[in-house]
Amino acid sequence: MPDPAVRRPRSPMAAPRSFLWSRRVFLTLLTVFVLLPVYVMISSSLKPLEDVSGKFEWLPSGLTVRPYFDIWETVPLADYFVNSLIVAGAATLCSVTIAVFAAYAVSRYSFRGKRVFTVTVLSTQMFPGILFLLPLFLIYVNIGNATGIALFGSRGGLILTYLTFSLPFSIWMLIGYFDSVPRDLDEAAKVDGCGPLGALFRVIVPAAIPGIVAVAVYAFMTAWGEVLFASVMTNETTRTLAVGLQGYATQNDVYWNQVMAASLVVSLPVVAGFLLLQRYLVTGLTAGAVK
Amino acid sequence: MTTTAALDAGERTARKNDPGAAPRKRRSGRLRRIALPYLLLFPAILLELLVHLVPMVIGVVVSFKELTQFYIRDWGTAPWAGFDNYAMSLDFDAPVGEALLKSFLTTCLFTVVSVGLCWMLGVAAAVFMQESFRGRGFLRTIFLVPYALPVYAAVITWSFMFQRDNGLVNHVLHDQLGLTASPPFWLIGDNSFIALLVVSVWKGWPFAFLIIMAGLQNIPRDVYEAAALDGAGVWQQVRRITLPALRPVNQVLVLVLFLWTFNDFNTPFVLFGKAAPEAADLISIHIYQSSFQTWNFGTGSAMSVLLLLFLLVVTGVYLWLTSRGRKATDA
Repeated sequence: MPDPAVRRPRSPMAAPRSFLWSRRVFLTLLTVFVLLPVYVMISSSLKPLEDVSGKFEWLPSGLTVRPYFDIWETVPLADYFVNSLIVAGAATLCSVTIAVFAAYAVSRYSFRGKRVFTVTVLSTQMFPGILFLLPLFLIYVNIGNATGIALFGSRGGLILTYLTFSLPFSIWMLIGYFDSVPRDLDEAAKVDGCGPLGALFRVIVPAAIPGIVAVAVYAFMTAWGEVLFASVMTNETTRTLAVGLQGYATQNDVYWNQVMAASLVVSLPVVAGFLLLQRYLVTGLTAGAVK
Repeated sequence: MTTTAALDAGERTARKNDPGAAPRKRRSGRLRRIALPYLLLFPAILLELLVHLVPMVIGVVVSFKELTQFYIRDWGTAPWAGFDNYAMSLDFDAPVGEALLKSFLTTCLFTVVSVGLCWMLGVAAAVFMQESFRGRGFLRTIFLVPYALPVYAAVITWSFMFQRDNGLVNHVLHDQLGLTASPPFWLIGDNSFIALLVVSVWKGWPFAFLIIMAGLQNIPRDVYEAAALDGAGVWQQVRRITLPALRPVNQVLVLVLFLWTFNDFNTPFVLFGKAAPEAADLISIHIYQSSFQTWNFGTGSAMSVLLLLFLLVVTGVYLWLTSRGRKATDA
């Protein structure tokens, strides 16, 4: 995202002292509020168990990295991690591919029902997950009974569910990105003998890579962080991190230092991805709302 | 999709090798041009149907059935219940209806306060960060951290902070500031509402901040220059220019925040575990518990449908009111 500050030079009128002081105080307090849990997460993950079981202290009595080794033993975290990676990865891949095709159709073709499609797809975003949960549970159980395809409790069912969660917003974001690729480019490609899909994959997709990356990060984050469906639709072997992480917290002894270490470990992939790609993601996220 | 790609390639070679076949190809090409957008949309439509629209229809059907655990394997055979499920959900004198009403009112209060606070923090932060200063980009990255963290990881950390005996919150409030006579419980009892609110605002305000930051970029600079020439101070510029210019952005933002907060399941579910305290019993959690603990899907579906109707009405009225208001000021 182009930094707005570059385009907006200093205010024509120097800001008064009251403004500068309010800004300083407000932003400081807000930063403390935002970072407090991050500090607790990091510092507690390096504390010995006595420190997190007794009264909270700002500084650890001694630093230890033991929790980072113990987390893999206390609960099968590695299995959950793998499950989450498979589910989120597959959901992302499918969601992005399907969204690319759909966005291409909406961006480049006029056809009957185009408006109905975009409005319906977007409005599914607003409905509560709980509304789909019960019927989807019934559908998956019944499909399993009728055909033997186990959707309920399997990774496949979760992948299928998650990819539709990110699909509407992904399509919406990609339409915006595809619209910004000049039509002349794909027209020219077609004149040169590319088919419609050739034009899509040789011209439009390469030109819209930032948008596709943003959509992929969004889809991955959505799948990685979902709790409701994961808690109902997984079993011992397919459990994802969203449910598995509560394994430390529901046992009689809560190993808070391990909980914090595990939270940090499972957050790293998405936070790193988000912060690295935030420019693309922020542009995509905000483009629709501001238009 | 692979078949279309193969077709395409095949057609291209055919066109190159055999110029005489062109007219026939062109006719089938036109047919394909009409079919192509639908073909491209097919996977998306199929999945949306399977996971969103068909379940919605089934949900409505099930809400008229007496669907208990005995019928789950073959829900079509469950007996019809007419409007019994709705009558039960809406009978506010009986335990089920009374609990639903209470949960609904709690959710309303929670949503209004949470959305209000998220919006205010977002506006304030965006306005203060409109002008460049040193460390602004870094600060913006920090402010996005709550948005980027997976919900469960962040909320579990908050639940640790809210622990009575070893949490940070009581350490600060009781031990360091001495504000309370004894360390209070935060995750059970009435305080749980406050705990839920704090976590919800912490998690939700960065989105408001992001959208408002983007909205501020659309305000032309000359407006501020003109105002400054006319002698308007910074505070006046904020009140007279920035806030009114944000109105169209706010229309969408407040609606989205409202829907997300009202439907929020993840935050209370991770914060309190399966049994949310009464003071923080949000509607999603309430429906989840009354469906999956008693396996009474009929009543749960009726509650879901009622929730959906409520959201549709609120959204419709909200859009109607705000659009009308906007037209009136434009005219």
